[in-house]
Amino acid sequence: MTPEEFTTAGAAAISAAVRAGKVTPSETVKAAFERARAIGAGKDALNIFLHADEAASIEEAKSMHERVQSAADIGILAGVPVAIKDNIASLGLPTTCGSRILADYVSPFEATAVSRLRAHGALVVAKTNMDEFAMGSSTENSAFGPTRNPHDVRYVAGGSSGGSAAAVAAGITPIALGSETGGSVRQPAAFCGVVGVKPTYGRVSRYGLVAFASSLDQIGVVGRRVDDAAIALEAIAGFDKMDSTSSDADVPIYRLSALGKPAPLAREPDTEAMRIGRSPVPLPPPPDATTLEGVVIGKPREYFPESLDEGIRDLCERALDRFRSMGATIRDVSLPRSPLAIPVYYILAPAEASSNLARFDGVRYGLRVDPARGLKAMYETTRSQGFGREVTRRILLGTYVLSAGYYDAYYKKAQAVRTLIADDFRAVFNSGVHAIFTPTTPTPAFTVGAISDPYEMYLNDIFTVTANLAGVPAISVPIGRLRRLPVGGQIITAHFDEYSMFRVAYALEASLGDEAHQ
Amino acid sequence: MVVGLEVHVQLKTRTKAFCGCSTDFGAPPNVNTCPVCLALPGALPVLNERAVQLAVRAALGLGCAVNPVSVFARKNYFYPDLPKGYQISQFDQPLATGGAIVVGQTEDGKAVQIGITRLHMEEDAGKSIHDRYPGSTAIDLNRSGVPLIEIVSEPDIQSSAQAGAYLRTLKQILQYLDVSDVSMEEGSLRVDANISVRPPGQTKLGTKTEVKNMNSFSAVERALEAEYARQCALLDSGGKVEQQTLLWDGARESVRPSRTKEGSHDYRYFPEPDLRPLLLDQGWINDARKNLPELPEARRTRLTQELGIAAAEIDQLMATPALVEYFESVARASRDPKAAFNWVMGEVSAALRVSGEEIDRFRVRPADLAQLITLVKDGTISHTAAKRVFALMVETGKPAAQIAADEGLAQVGDDGALAGWVDEVLQEHPDEAKRYLAGEKKLQGVLVGFVMKKSKGRADPRRVNQLLSSRGG
Repeated sequence: MTPEEFTTAGAAAISAAVRAGKVTPSETVKAAFERARAIGAGKDALNIFLHADEAASIEEAKSMHERVQSAADIGILAGVPVAIKDNIASLGLPTTCGSRILADYVSPFEATAVSRLRAHGALVVAKTNMDEFAMGSSTENSAFGPTRNPHDVRYVAGGSSGGSAAAVAAGITPIALGSETGGSVRQPAAFCGVVGVKPTYGRVSRYGLVAFASSLDQIGVVGRRVDDAAIALEAIAGFDKMDSTSSDADVPIYRLSALGKPAPLAREPDTEAMRIGRSPVPLPPPPDATTLEGVVIGKPREYFPESLDEGIRDLCERALDRFRSMGATIRDVSLPRSPLAIPVYYILAPAEASSNLARFDGVRYGLRVDPARGLKAMYETTRSQGFGREVTRRILLGTYVLSAGYYDAYYKKAQAVRTLIADDFRAVFNSGVHAIFTPTTPTPAFTVGAISDPYEMYLNDIFTVTANLAGVPAISVPIGRLRRLPVGGQIITAHFDEYSMFRVAYALEASLGDEAHQ
Repeated sequence: MVVGLEVHVQLKTRTKAFCGCSTDFGAPPNVNTCPVCLALPGALPVLNERAVQLAVRAALGLGCAVNPVSVFARKNYFYPDLPKGYQISQFDQPLATGGAIVVGQTEDGKAVQIGITRLHMEEDAGKSIHDRYPGSTAIDLNRSGVPLIEIVSEPDIQSSAQAGAYLRTLKQILQYLDVSDVSMEEGSLRVDANISVRPPGQTKLGTKTEVKNMNSFSAVERALEAEYARQCALLDSGGKVEQQTLLWDGARESVRPSRTKEGSHDYRYFPEPDLRPLLLDQGWINDARKNLPELPEARRTRLTQELGIAAAEIDQLMATPALVEYFESVARASRDPKAAFNWVMGEVSAALRVSGEEIDRFRVRPADLAQLITLVKDGTISHTAAKRVFALMVETGKPAAQIAADEGLAQVGDDGALAGWVDEVLQEHPDEAKRYLAGEKKLQGVLVGFVMKKSKGRADPRRVNQLLSSRGG
């Protein structure tokens, strides 16, 4: 493989080359670091990585080389370099969550998702920049400066998984792990012109993901193409005894090369405890990637408002036309409670965050300021110096909505509306719709510093946050460019039906071809 | 006085409530910890099934209804020994509700019941150690995450004595259920009291205070008396009781206000999103109810009826569940409950006191003791000899019959041998012999004693009496 090929090759191709002995794991790792230098991934330019250790990564690659030579099959990600969002615990590199309060923190244990990637042969090369504790939509809330969009450095990469999306868009790694609470993988993926997946809540273990809002958080994947995201999800998905909210539903094979082979049926999910609906039987395997014969795709009117950017609308219509031309039926549907999602989200997520972030108190690890001035002073100074403005705002908001006398009016009511939003999705999927198509974001990327009003920033998540509230899986795929900036389209399917989601995404990607980036 | 008690009980599990760390008491500080109970970023709780089993057993034993769905909730507050900044507890959907226990009888023989409002599961915090390092506080998180149940009583308690009776009964039930060590010294049982006063006839409850920091049941009783007197004096002088938390000061026999003001606490409870609701199958709950060990009340009734032992005597045995278990085995095997009671409360208890052993480790097993009782009853050995045999059983662990044979302690009823001993005694004690033969009958006991001594306990005292009587004619 030439250096140029490394910047565009998919994970499947890289791992096949490694397994065939055409390229060594050290070479793939070196290629990733060379690309990072060439494109300016450093702090003074794109600011994609928070932590990377080239020498250590190459050492790890060497031992991987021995594994490749000794073992018959070491996994679908053999020798594939990957980047990990910095709120996912990893051994070797720090886990700082983009926050001063954890600036020197190195986790003594590793997230299940990361160890599963390694078990499949992946090589962790970097921890990526992010909005502090995943709170933000532009990576501007990182304590270590914003990540810039590889397509145009004046623009943000999106967030909160901005570093992970930028690492893939910049051609450094074919795969990166991000995390989602309200759209934090799909939105930066759309802004950076790559693929981003938020799996069903419970599909991937959260063990080792530093909690923001536990009932919404889910580790997601960024890929150069749909197949990269599919392979990565296959590697990390499945039950984990360390996470009581992870599901024991079977994980089908999602990768492109498996299309046409029978897909294992998803098991009936546990409806009571997880607020999830009956998963319809996944789509049957198609003869090839570009056939959508018999597939019904819902177009929800709430996601195509009058005010939608005309350019975005046009690109979505083009995508819908492609679905039709591949044999799919487009059906107008309604998710009537979706417009309530932003207020509901900004009650529930901060409420959980206010509790989840209480452990950062200067007692056991992380930043500690003023221990000599007494307990209360230590708490106050440590936390006010350690947390940035947005994190502080959300802790205050969350503390308020959980307070005595306000709980029923805010938290309880928001939970009730959340259930209604999920019911809307269930109703649509139970009416014979296989997948829902929407724009991923209301606009393309904005320039660094352009949005200072928090509420305006929150509206970036308007089309993505519903999937988190309902717990359903969703993917963002590139559907074209607007004013030279990437635009993403979103495909949402029923709980635990990532198989159908990937199938529709493959078809759209194949059908658009180069137009996805034009 | 109107009192409700909140009792925290540590469940007897090998590992913590939400991680695999040991619950061992007394390990060096912070040894029994892991990412979960240290609240490291990214760690998640996983519920310990054994803790659920024990909590359900406790709930059923206290007559509560176990809820098929209960929900864990976060109780949020900052404290250095609370690593997550919240305690995982249960709030509006507890594990169990609505039980009651009988703590005694009224004068007209009616049962006095104290209601139990709820029983829920939660985890313990760590320990702050303020006196070890001058100017600093040390934190030990070995206890962080240890499983507890909190048992909340109805405000049915009307006196300090009733509070004591409630606590002793509760402790005994939990002991019989084998769910906890229930030791106040080791902190596996802790009591907080809510108390208010109201004039006779008034139904509306007065303002309550919460009293903490009692380290024994008698301290609870004394603290309630002190707080009752304080509230009465306050109201009598036209003052008002302020809702607050008070700490019992055992040295000064009084309560003082705690530094943390009640009312300033807002725990911001909400459902714990890291744990699914706890769903218990009704069949599983029914099985748990069927498999409950016999509770103290039932055992007391059964033993008095079946074995004919007085209730007061049974109560002496019931203080330790293993002791009554031991007693019952001896009584059944020997078919002599009275003798079994005397042995267990006498020789066995004395031997345990000397060695400091627990009854379940005692060398003389119930079957061995039953054999000894049978040997006495069928006249093989005398009661005096039996005591010596018992001592040797404790010492050597050998069976009673073997010891009796080895030591030649089998009772001698053969008239030839007995007559010889009697003759010797009469010769050796001519004064007593003379007086006895002259008709001083009360000396017979003394002479029998001499014969028993001479025979090293082997003589059958009944036969010796007969022989002496025939001589004194």
